[in-house]
Amino acid sequence: MRPERQSPPPREATTGELEAMDVPVKLPDPVPSPISRQSPSVGLSMSRSLRSVGDAPSITFAADIRSGTRAESNASSSFESFRRAGSRPGAVARLPSRRSASERAGSQRDLRDEDARFVYINDAARTNAPPAKFPDNAVRTTKYSILTFIPRNLYEQFHRVAYVYFLILAALNQVPQLGVFSPVASVLPLAFVLGVTAVKDAYEDWRRHRSDENENNRTASVFVNGVFQPKRWKEIQVGELVRVVANETLPCDMVLVATSDPTGVAYVQTINLDGESNLKTRYAKKETMSTPTEALAGLKNTAWAIGVAVYTGRDTKVMLNSSGAPSKRSRLETHMNRETIVLAVVLVLLCSLVSLLAGIWLHNHDDELGVIPFFRKKDFSDPNKVENYNWYGTGAQVVFTFMMAVIQFQVMIPIALFISMELVRVGQAYFMVQDKHLFDDKRQAKFQCRALNINEDLGQIKYVFSDKTGTLTENRMEFRCASVHGGDFSETDGGEEDGHAVTADGVVLRPKTAVKTDPKLMALLKDGTGAKADAAREFFLTLVTCNTIVPIIADDEADPAAKLVEYQGESPDEQALVYAAAAYGYTLVERTSGHTIVDVFGNRQRFDVLGLHDFDSDRKRMSVIIGCPDKTVKLFVKGADNSMLGIIDKTMNTDVVHATEKHLHSYSSLGLRTLVIGTRELSQAEFEEWQMAYDKASTALLGRGGLLRGVAADIERNLRFLGASGIEDKLQDGVPEAIEKLRQSGIKVWVLTGDKQETAISIGYSCKLLTREMTQIVINSNSMESCRKGIDDAIAVVNKLRSLSTDSPRVPLALIIDGNSLVYIFDTDQEDKFFPTSSAISLFTKFFINMKTSIFPGANDVSMIQMADVGIGISGQEGRQAVMASDFAMGQFRFLVPLLLVHGHWNYQRMGYMILYNFYRNATFVFVLFWYVLYTGFTLTTAITEWSSVLYSVIYTAVPTIIVAILDKDLGRRTLLKYPQLYGAGQREESYNLRLFIFIMTDSIWQSLTIFFIPYLAYRKSTIDGASLGDLWTLSVVILVNIHLAMDVIRWNWITHTAIWGSIIATLICVMIIDSIPILPGFWAIYKVMGTRLFWALLLAVIVVGMIPHFAAKAIREHFIPNDIQIAREMENSRDSGDALI
Amino acid sequence: MSSQAAGSSSGGSGDGGAPRRNSRKPKYSKFTQQELPACKPILTPKWVISVFVLVGIIFVPIGVVSLMASKKVVEIVDRYDDACVPDNTTDKLAYIQNSTIPKTCTRTLKVPKDMKSPIFVYYQLDNFYQNHRRYVKSRSDKQLRDASKANDTSTCDPESTINGVAIVPCGLIAWSTFNDTYVLAHNSKNLTVDKKDISWKSDREHKFGSDVFPKNFQKGSLIGGKALDPNKSLSEQEDLIVWMRTAALPTFRKLYGRIHVNLTENDTITVTLENNYNTYSFGGKKKLVLSTSTWLGGKNDFLGLAYLSVGGLCFFLAFAFTLLYLIKPRNLGDNNYLSWNRSPAGR
Repeated sequence: MRPERQSPPPREATTGELEAMDVPVKLPDPVPSPISRQSPSVGLSMSRSLRSVGDAPSITFAADIRSGTRAESNASSSFESFRRAGSRPGAVARLPSRRSASERAGSQRDLRDEDARFVYINDAARTNAPPAKFPDNAVRTTKYSILTFIPRNLYEQFHRVAYVYFLILAALNQVPQLGVFSPVASVLPLAFVLGVTAVKDAYEDWRRHRSDENENNRTASVFVNGVFQPKRWKEIQVGELVRVVANETLPCDMVLVATSDPTGVAYVQTINLDGESNLKTRYAKKETMSTPTEALAGLKNTAWAIGVAVYTGRDTKVMLNSSGAPSKRSRLETHMNRETIVLAVVLVLLCSLVSLLAGIWLHNHDDELGVIPFFRKKDFSDPNKVENYNWYGTGAQVVFTFMMAVIQFQVMIPIALFISMELVRVGQAYFMVQDKHLFDDKRQAKFQCRALNINEDLGQIKYVFSDKTGTLTENRMEFRCASVHGGDFSETDGGEEDGHAVTADGVVLRPKTAVKTDPKLMALLKDGTGAKADAAREFFLTLVTCNTIVPIIADDEADPAAKLVEYQGESPDEQALVYAAAAYGYTLVERTSGHTIVDVFGNRQRFDVLGLHDFDSDRKRMSVIIGCPDKTVKLFVKGADNSMLGIIDKTMNTDVVHATEKHLHSYSSLGLRTLVIGTRELSQAEFEEWQMAYDKASTALLGRGGLLRGVAADIERNLRFLGASGIEDKLQDGVPEAIEKLRQSGIKVWVLTGDKQETAISIGYSCKLLTREMTQIVINSNSMESCRKGIDDAIAVVNKLRSLSTDSPRVPLALIIDGNSLVYIFDTDQEDKFFPTSSAISLFTKFFINMKTSIFPGANDVSMIQMADVGIGISGQEGRQAVMASDFAMGQFRFLVPLLLVHGHWNYQRMGYMILYNFYRNATFVFVLFWYVLYTGFTLTTAITEWSSVLYSVIYTAVPTIIVAILDKDLGRRTLLKYPQLYGAGQREESYNLRLFIFIMTDSIWQSLTIFFIPYLAYRKSTIDGASLGDLWTLSVVILVNIHLAMDVIRWNWITHTAIWGSIIATLICVMIIDSIPILPGFWAIYKVMGTRLFWALLLAVIVVGMIPHFAAKAIREHFIPNDIQIAREMENSRDSGDALI
Repeated sequence: MSSQAAGSSSGGSGDGGAPRRNSRKPKYSKFTQQELPACKPILTPKWVISVFVLVGIIFVPIGVVSLMASKKVVEIVDRYDDACVPDNTTDKLAYIQNSTIPKTCTRTLKVPKDMKSPIFVYYQLDNFYQNHRRYVKSRSDKQLRDASKANDTSTCDPESTINGVAIVPCGLIAWSTFNDTYVLAHNSKNLTVDKKDISWKSDREHKFGSDVFPKNFQKGSLIGGKALDPNKSLSEQEDLIVWMRTAALPTFRKLYGRIHVNLTENDTITVTLENNYNTYSFGGKKKLVLSTSTWLGGKNDFLGLAYLSVGGLCFFLAFAFTLLYLIKPRNLGDNNYLSWNRSPAGR
């Protein structure tokens, strides 16, 4: 899809507007500049910006650096690539797999030459001159064009082995000696299923094509001949300058060169790309530095921005990110393959038997074959030379018979099953998407069915692995508690909930979210004196400065005089902290790259941001170096408690430290996320030393990330303890109930969290993952041995509990295990003990944990979702990456319950039955053909017309099973939700297993026997002709298999009625049409035979005798060995009649 | 293969712009919520027993009636292939293939019971695979129907042409048309066998052309069966038409003609037959059948017996189920039967 980018050879470069240089200088690796070095320049002009590059006429920048960590995006992004945003349905998809995890992980990757791209700004012709082959900006998400549709679609369809099998048989049939069917009839079924699939694919492709068209014909303002002119998106070329105004989407990936903001800042929203609605800051380039080609979606809060198009069309990040959805196979389908093989074996057996008998027959009649009227090997048409006609010896005849038998009995492998399954899944997906219970009103998010081949897996889930943050929780943080200088301030009950409004430039600014405050802390901040009050003030100063939050001022709808301040940032925790600080009187009013303005109790103060060490997962903390108004330089640090406690100077105020540790413990027991805040005043010498080190590190060519971390670690030490904060991440609505239901349904739920163990356990209780009855087994190990011991102990405990509890074999247990131990478990072979059914269907909802990659390669949520049997993304506040990688996406965690318990149950039940039924109905037909072959001298004649036999599996009997598999419900939604245990039917594979397969196949053999032998015995020694008997058999088979289906249908609505009875009528009509063609041997047979009473008597006898065993078995099974579903059905029925009586 | 397509088509809902938002919520309808009014039948004991009783009630009378009908049918079957070969013949095949030997043979049949007209005269062949693949394919329906398609003989091998000229009607089926003839006499008075309308009307009118005449028929070195009058169109050659309705099973009867005379018990019928047709090559039997008919067709004890036994079986099953339900009753919809409510010892 994406061409290799080549490094252009050195060339004479003379670009009009730019200073001429002989050789385009390729600039070295991307280097972020420290914020302090950014000198905002107003009205950045093209030439200026380029000149500052160092007289380079062309620019080079990273092509392949992926959107990186926060560290990068904050580190003074001077060079930005905008990204095409599309409101295009086809454009969302997961990252291509070839972007390996390691590639993504490398946050400070060095650029390779071949990844570089030369762009001559505002000189599209030169930029696009060979050998640079940049695509135009037209996007094509369609798979096919009119010309390529047929070959490509066929090529894709024939990836299915079964279709190749049918194709080979159709080809074999064209050999004259093997011709069982007429050429047209032999390819008809295959052509039919291929055609249906092709129509489906073509429709989908056409829809993509239409949305592409819309996208390509949108206009953007492009700099042409000195003025910005509207130009259609598809005509934009690499190197052109594009002007984007506020709230527009970007037509392609761009490098920002100038913005309306004097500091060259632009705010962009990447919601189309990763679903993040917060604003990201991008800086117009001033130096030749490269930052990750961040994907941007829409310009916000910036009047205009000009960028140079660098990646267009299929090279844009949106397009690169759209690649195929995962192809997963459902468990049912895997099992189905087993039964398909059984059927193939049966098929071979039947064929061998026929050919063997044919061989014996030929051998016994060897002498007579020449003249007997119905064989007549000899051809007398030339009286002088009597030849054999169509005779190649007994051996060859046996082989031919075998091959013809395979062709004749080919539908034993149900050809229509695959297309039926696809259609059924589409239907099921439609109902899942349409279900109002799966619609998230709050976010207006529909359920999304992104993978279409694992619907039925939803009914067989045994394990749910769920991420906590953003999946169970809202990911909407709320500041709850503060521990300042050893004092706990969590009594917010008396506090006012009104956010603290400030007046700035005559305008009232009010934070968007109000936070309850603790009056004591409030008082301390306002009027307090002493160490505690100072600590409190510095505490909030840290909260308000040590972050990357940008205040966005918007109109207040409620109050026209006031303005709303919305804090936008990448971390919800930081947002919560800044809102909290605002409530306590420290309102962040303005932030640029160099300074922040904070309103401290109505007093505006400016803090220069001298340096910033971003959060990374190794340090687990973040720090800023602030130049305060009183000319002191301070370091503010906030971070995870275990990482912070190590760098706190514990010699100071040991009481405070102890008290805070206690508070931290109690906060996490409440399920709060804790952060520890510390500070240090820097001397001038220290600051200068740091600045030198920082400059050096940030301009280093290699290993910059590591160096920067080193610099950060050097300065972040000996901190003075300020306090700690507790932030609550609220659980989503209905999560405890949902988890309880899941537990009741026999699904084992695992929640994975990066929180501390106390926090984790407390959240476990609050979301009902853990209950008081559960015996908790905690494994925290630091070594392999202790881990092994822990597991052995745990198993011993479990066994003991099992033996103790005599009343119930089910002991409620909970396992709490930390990341390290999990690594050990997966490193060793202990894992089987934990996942006794390692093949069990697991379900990962969003998965995010700081685990070593040895557990799951590239441990992030995306790969987890891809690894899972069923990946479910929560389309929440966090990135959309998870949704793009998922098989299903929904708005709320609680939707998992209706999804699994209701739709999953239905899907599984329906699909399981449909597969069995398809095997059954085709086998019945084949067996009828087979019995007849035994009475035709083993020569594979059919009494059933060839048209009927090819139409049988695709038309006569296909529609009802599809309709039933889409619409039938064994139990109503209410019942399924009321008794979650009913979900166990899917886990125990009650709808599709080998026993059921054998059962239904036995039935199939019985029914084929009745269909064949009742008419046979009645018509023996009669004048019956082949066509009439064939018609009787056709109708019998079709009616019988449809009645079989009818007997198993649970809910009859008018659609089901139409499908089943309509299909019988359609068959009759088809048979009549076939028998109205005078050049077919069976002309008029159906009319003739329907005129005899014997025909109807036989039809009735066949149907009744055929159905008796099924009916009796069903009666016995349902009454004497009822399963849970049966009982629940009866309960449902009696409740319904009860409702009716009321 | 469709996964990507599906992903993108449904994934579209993820990035829609603001204008689309209002219409996002799925519209409520009974169909989309899968709540269409439906009937949910359950196999209650009452139902099971009534179904079996009902089937029994329907089947037993039908069985009785059809058995009675079958018993009413009077059938005379006379196998003559062996008897019509002179006793001293050692090689039956040579005998039948030698056209110079006269093949006339006389059989005497005794009427066991009164037979009401019309009496159907059939010939019955055993072990003749008229459904053999080579055989059923060896015909040209186009040629039979349309005089202009006389050369459409590609499907007729090995009996399509003779000396390069197309045979009409071509193919093994036509070639092997049955050619024994029967002349029946009753009390030394000739019984007229009405050979009209023995074939299907639809065949005469649409399948066999009235302007298609036999050509080059039975001119080969091996004579398979009946020779056709070249001056009669195919639609008038009813024996051929009957023969070409190929039988479904290897033992079959074909209508030879009808007798419109009532026969009484112990009448004797003398049949003078021409034993021309060669079934000796494959050990087939030839039988002459005279049979009356009822509303159910010819003699067919099987159907009546089958209905009776199925009806009986259903009564038995109804009884058995009643017994079972009485022995092991179960309250429908009793939630104590749910697996998780049952005593743990149960599972």
